[in-house]
Amino acid sequence: MKDMLEKIKAQALSELASENADTEAIRIRYLGKKGELTAVLRGMGALSAEERPVVGQLANEVRAAIEAALSAKVAEQKEKELNDRLAREKLDVTMPGAPARMGHQHPLTRAQREMEEIFIGMGFEIAEGPEVEYDYYNFQALNIPENHPARDTQDTFYITDNILLRSQTSPVQVRVMEQKKPPIRVISPGRVYRSDALDATHSPLFHQMEGLVVDKGITMSDLKGTLETFARKMFGERTQIRFRPHHFPFTEPSAEVDVSCFVCGGKGCRVCKGEGWIEILGAGMVHPFVLSNCGIDPTVYSGFAFGMGLERVTMTRYGIDDIRLFYENDERFLKQF
Amino acid sequence: MNLSMKWLADFVNVSDVNIQEYCDKLTLTGSKVEGYEVLGGEIENVVVARIKKIVPHPDSDHLLICTMDIGTGEDTQIVTGAQNVFEGAIVPAAIPVAKLPGGVTIKAGKLRGVPSNGMLCSMGELGLTAHECPGKEENGILILDECFADKIGTDIREALMLDDTAVEFEITSNRPDCLSVIGLARETAVSFDRALNIPTPAVKGACDGDDISNYLSVGIEAPDLCYRYAAKVVKNVRIQPSPMWLRMRLHAAGVRPINNIVDITNYVMLEYGQPMHAFDYTALDGSAIRVRRAADGEQFKSLDDTDHTLDSTMLVIADEKKACALAGVMGGANSEIRDETKTVVFESACFNGASVRVTAKKNGMRTESSARFEKGLDPENCYAGLMRACELVELLDAGDVVDGMIDVYPTKPTATVLPFEPARYNAFLGTDISEERMVEILEALGCCVANGEITVPSFRADLACMNDIAEEIMRIYGYDKIVSTKICAETTEGGRTPKQSFGVEVENALYGMGIDEIQTFSFISPKYYDKIRMPEDSARRRSVVISNPLGEDTSVMRTTALPSMLEVLARNANFNNENVRLFEMGSIYLPDADATKLPYEGKMLTLGMYGDADFYTVKGVIENLLGLAAITGARFEAVSDNSAYHPGRCARVLTADGTALGVFGQIHPLTAANYGVSLPLFAAELDFDAIFAARKAEKAYKPLPKFPAITRDFSFACDESLEVGRIMAVMQKAGGKLCEEVKLFDIYRGPQVGENKKSVSLRMTLRAEDHTMTMEDAEKVTRKVLVLLERELGLTLRA
Repeated sequence: MKDMLEKIKAQALSELASENADTEAIRIRYLGKKGELTAVLRGMGALSAEERPVVGQLANEVRAAIEAALSAKVAEQKEKELNDRLAREKLDVTMPGAPARMGHQHPLTRAQREMEEIFIGMGFEIAEGPEVEYDYYNFQALNIPENHPARDTQDTFYITDNILLRSQTSPVQVRVMEQKKPPIRVISPGRVYRSDALDATHSPLFHQMEGLVVDKGITMSDLKGTLETFARKMFGERTQIRFRPHHFPFTEPSAEVDVSCFVCGGKGCRVCKGEGWIEILGAGMVHPFVLSNCGIDPTVYSGFAFGMGLERVTMTRYGIDDIRLFYENDERFLKQF
Repeated sequence: MNLSMKWLADFVNVSDVNIQEYCDKLTLTGSKVEGYEVLGGEIENVVVARIKKIVPHPDSDHLLICTMDIGTGEDTQIVTGAQNVFEGAIVPAAIPVAKLPGGVTIKAGKLRGVPSNGMLCSMGELGLTAHECPGKEENGILILDECFADKIGTDIREALMLDDTAVEFEITSNRPDCLSVIGLARETAVSFDRALNIPTPAVKGACDGDDISNYLSVGIEAPDLCYRYAAKVVKNVRIQPSPMWLRMRLHAAGVRPINNIVDITNYVMLEYGQPMHAFDYTALDGSAIRVRRAADGEQFKSLDDTDHTLDSTMLVIADEKKACALAGVMGGANSEIRDETKTVVFESACFNGASVRVTAKKNGMRTESSARFEKGLDPENCYAGLMRACELVELLDAGDVVDGMIDVYPTKPTATVLPFEPARYNAFLGTDISEERMVEILEALGCCVANGEITVPSFRADLACMNDIAEEIMRIYGYDKIVSTKICAETTEGGRTPKQSFGVEVENALYGMGIDEIQTFSFISPKYYDKIRMPEDSARRRSVVISNPLGEDTSVMRTTALPSMLEVLARNANFNNENVRLFEMGSIYLPDADATKLPYEGKMLTLGMYGDADFYTVKGVIENLLGLAAITGARFEAVSDNSAYHPGRCARVLTADGTALGVFGQIHPLTAANYGVSLPLFAAELDFDAIFAARKAEKAYKPLPKFPAITRDFSFACDESLEVGRIMAVMQKAGGKLCEEVKLFDIYRGPQVGENKKSVSLRMTLRAEDHTMTMEDAEKVTRKVLVLLERELGLTLRA
């Protein structure tokens, strides 16, 4: 009987060794209810009491061995089957992807959102105001009285004598100061209008982003620090800024602000026209006339304001040489952003 | 303002400073330099030469062979075609290799076989005009005066005083004092810490017992427009060209030399920043000058022979009968300085800036004089300017200065005095500048600091408060020395308003749906309303109109963003861009009935598509946006009377309570044709403000279903005209709470259903909240659905 068991084991294992062994048939043949091993075990009743446990143990061993071999074979065959399938499923990865539509943000919106995020991170709110504006907010409240050289009808579009298309986003600052008490930290992005004929570098409509901070103890070095933080986040960590004296009626002192060229880092290149610096901002300390006009006591509070043109920043940044591209909206242009 | 560096040297010495360094420094202290030009900088190897001998060219009847003395001791031969040369003439000669303005290079060569070692030059070839070279022939070779005899061989730039550099400044409107050589000299001196030397003009006068009172009296009748009027008379005037040094200085400043008297007025204006006017005394009717407002309709012919009709806001300088000058703007043709002028009145006055500005603008003449006056000039400067003019008259021997002076100066302004507050300046600037340095800077700028007070000089009317003083200190101390600090104040929240955030959310959703963003102009042509076939009587044809537009194309503020979108679609179609989907988040401007009020500015979300899109693509986008805004129960209604759109493919979106959210559909083929497009175009005009108002800010959470759902499919044949939406609404109603969803899954048109019919297949999902739906439950609902459909729409299940 022992021999028979050994023989069954050897036979089963040998059958399982073949590559295409039919595992289910083998299982039935040897381990099934009518299988060979079962048949042998049925004959155990004829054995003596001494032999029975020995043969029983052997029989269990044989069953375990066959079962182990069977499951190993099943696993092996499954793996092979999977591998074969995967091999058949191989794709040509160089074929183009199925088109998944993705919309593109307009480059001006992109620049605007980027700037907004930077200033929101510094505690600024976003203020909006009308584009068709009163002369008072666009000029008078900003220390630009009637017949001041800074306001030529040449530059401003008028609707009536008192209503115009805002030529700057600064009127929003005045509206904010009228409505809010310090601390004030706002930016006001938006469209502005100037009577410049459309060409590669001028547009009668463009976008500005202005900022305003009013509080106790605000200094000119705070202005520089704020703009430096902005410039670093916008143009890269190593960006430096430079202040040059200038004049704006609504700020005093005033400055034009250059950033070090983000292409050459200040050595001079085509983008910065060899100067190493790119002028992008106007800034200054809010004029006391403007503060007191808005009901803020300039002996208690001080503040700074700054402004920049979105088109200019975007054009410099991407090397866009024609402002008209922004408003033509050729999809081939839009898809690049 | 163009500054001659030679002229500057009269007042401050910066000869050791490299020109680029000079420009950079002045820019950094607040006088912005636009650039500089080395005059005659393009000229090389052109010398003063004398023609010793002329012989005709053997093979030409117009060329001449000149033997030249070019100061080297060795004669050279130059062939010229000019006919105005003669033996003994002193001329400019370009000696190879020479360079002339405009990139011209002169090399040695042969003219018809005869060697020519250079070229004789005309004034034009040296970049000059008859204004710089009065009395010389413009077309021939420039024949120099005999006084150049001792300059043979000298570089022409030196000989003609072309060796100057003109620096171009962009002077801001608050600094009219810097529209002058002296003003810039002061800035130069303080920038480089140099001494400033402004000589006081000295006038000898005729000393012949004659006095100005024998000639003239002046009365200011409009003291609000004229703050000071000073005048001197010069007799025995000898009109002639100015000397070369003066002409060349004017040339460097970009002003055309005319004659000695006119040149003197320009010279003083450039040097002192004081506009001057000189007029012919004999042209006056009577001897009384009246500074008065013009009469309405008064006629005036200006120096440039242009006729003007004046009004009473304008100030004129008049005699007893007529206006002789438009104050501060331009003189009159009637009293112009002519070659035969013998007696001249020099006027040095101060007028109200705003008035000059308005007058110049109304008459369309912005002059060097008006550009200065409009910024507000210093009345104190009148006297010095007038004295300097007379000093120049004597220096140039242009006439005899009559003794005595007229100076009508009704109200002498008082000097501005400000407190000197060093600690406040430092606190405000965030600096630590010493008090001594502050005083030094302010005094170099002409202020007087004493006893804790700053007395501001009369020429600095722009210094009026603490900020102004702080700026003066800072710009000279150096803007580059401002340190960067972080704001140290109360914290602020920052961030977007809910509406701004929602706008960003919508934009991001649109990008995600594969739609590109565009931006278009807010102003359009009124013709655009015709292009979108807007009815003639539409209220939307009333726009905010720009009174001074650049052109018709940008003359009104748009009341709809549709035409701009269609224009962009058409443009893209022209570029053969395929399958275009666009959106714009932009404003429209609806005028108020009251024209003194601002218009309503509404935010519109406009969609535009062509190519692989149809009506339902647009609708799908809108449904997504409604979902984003959590607006439930929105309705879509067919619109057949919006003339921009296809009458059978247009719908409006409404909230459950009937608020209009927008309109969309296929663009009417006639509208599309107006844009030259034959492709089907699709668009939507959504009222972003209304969508935001209808939005539910917080989305409500519904627990996930615990029990399984059952679906039931229904197919109906019905008339083509029956809207699927109505069938779905009835099914929804019939299903009540148990109906989770009704979905269209097929629509079929064809012979099996017949003409003008369609087969609609819908799937209804039924689910109960509290138990597993049973077949009986589902049967009940199904029956109810069928009953209602039959009763309300006459529908029966398709066999």
